[in-house]
Amino acid sequence: MASDEFILERLDAILHYKVSDAIMDESKKKLIDYNANVHEFTEAEVEIIANDIVLEYDKARVDPGEPVGTVSAQSLGEPGTQMTLNTFHYAGVAEINVTLGLPRIIEIVDVRKDPSTPVMTIALDEENKYSRDNAIMVARRIEGTTVENVARQTALDVINTEFHVYLDSERIEDAGLVMEDIIKKLKKVKAIERIRYDEDENTIIMSLGDISLFKLRRFSQKIKILPLKGIKGIERAMIKKEGDEYFVYTEGSNFADVLEIPGVDYKLAMTNNIYEIYEVLGIEAARNSIIEEIQNVLDEQGLEVDRRHIMLLADAMCLEGDIQQIGRHGITGEKASVLARASFEVTTGHLLEAAREGEKDRLTGVTENVIVGQPIPLGTGTVDLVMKVIDEDNKEA
Amino acid sequence: MDKVNILEHKLVSKHIILSIEEEESFLKKYNISRNNLPLIKTSDPVIKALEEQENILLKGRIIKIIRPNSPAGEGIYYRYVVE
Repeated sequence: MASDEFILERLDAILHYKVSDAIMDESKKKLIDYNANVHEFTEAEVEIIANDIVLEYDKARVDPGEPVGTVSAQSLGEPGTQMTLNTFHYAGVAEINVTLGLPRIIEIVDVRKDPSTPVMTIALDEENKYSRDNAIMVARRIEGTTVENVARQTALDVINTEFHVYLDSERIEDAGLVMEDIIKKLKKVKAIERIRYDEDENTIIMSLGDISLFKLRRFSQKIKILPLKGIKGIERAMIKKEGDEYFVYTEGSNFADVLEIPGVDYKLAMTNNIYEIYEVLGIEAARNSIIEEIQNVLDEQGLEVDRRHIMLLADAMCLEGDIQQIGRHGITGEKASVLARASFEVTTGHLLEAAREGEKDRLTGVTENVIVGQPIPLGTGTVDLVMKVIDEDNKEA
Repeated sequence: MDKVNILEHKLVSKHIILSIEEEESFLKKYNISRNNLPLIKTSDPVIKALEEQENILLKGRIIKIIRPNSPAGEGIYYRYVVE
């Protein structure tokens, strides 16, 4: 029987520099476990297994010169044809809509700065994640509330140039506000000349002095959307229990500000707005987020694509240090070769621009070589033949 | 409440600054120059945070990034810091 030491020693010797460290560790663990519990290996068997691991690993690797980009494009493009064109999905919390399916994929590869349905999933810190009441408190801190949200009704008094806001006490309580806060906020608005509170009617009356009707109307619109509390851009926040922890889900996204809210576990807060992640957490986080978002859409549609294709796509988008879209303003539009760009769109424009700048085309890409009728630099075309030509006249040299 | 440190966020992979000697041996090992590497900007939040933490300027340096959840275990990636 092969001892554990023998297995470790042989695997170290045979797999070293042939497979990745992770696979080496996993092989060791699996073999020792199997040896102890299921079947006792002979020393010869260990040797064979180790060699087979190397063989299988080599088989799984990409060959030099393989067109991985083309394969990825096809592997991601084909499931795209099977996706439903427009699906809205209820992501756990009943009332929140999330764009999925093909529209979402397009949104991701176009790097839209404002996705059509931004949502956030916010984890809470130790203190707050087990208590429903605390979770509601945090959600209230996050949810934005405007004057309009706490009003029963609003009215313009044209004769006295006043603006009346009939408050709804219930809504004020729901939002976790008190009367004083609202009045304090309103007092900061410069245009208001006088402000008084009518307790019987539960109404705030704002006098504006001598201004035109047009201005009064405009002013009332501005007051209605005056934020009283919460984070800009977040329309709704609700809590949901998962396992024994509470999470806050939001409609609308403002990643930078949410991270600062007390009670939020900033290490685990997530948004589906990839551009926001890029701005707040940097290019690597954006790359990870692109992979997760695409994987999510595919999983939801029940489609299976190898993760490495998605990784390649995300890496290509994040190569230059910022997120580039797949399309004319990104990867395709910034190809090094004039001919490749010209064959994509606005042919004369690209050629003219290149001529003016004296651009050179080194014919290193695929498209250029197809155009000039040479073998493309892929697969067996990647290698060049270098030959030493013997000079017949001067044999010594 | 502790100050937000983006380096600890779940989405941010581990970024390691290569020392000058490591940079040389890395470039030599793969027979490449700095310009062949993927880029990361000095304005990137992670670079800013690292600069503040280590109190050095990182422009022109190489950052090694260790990505978890790669199909082959850990994925190692390099980025060249540019303006």
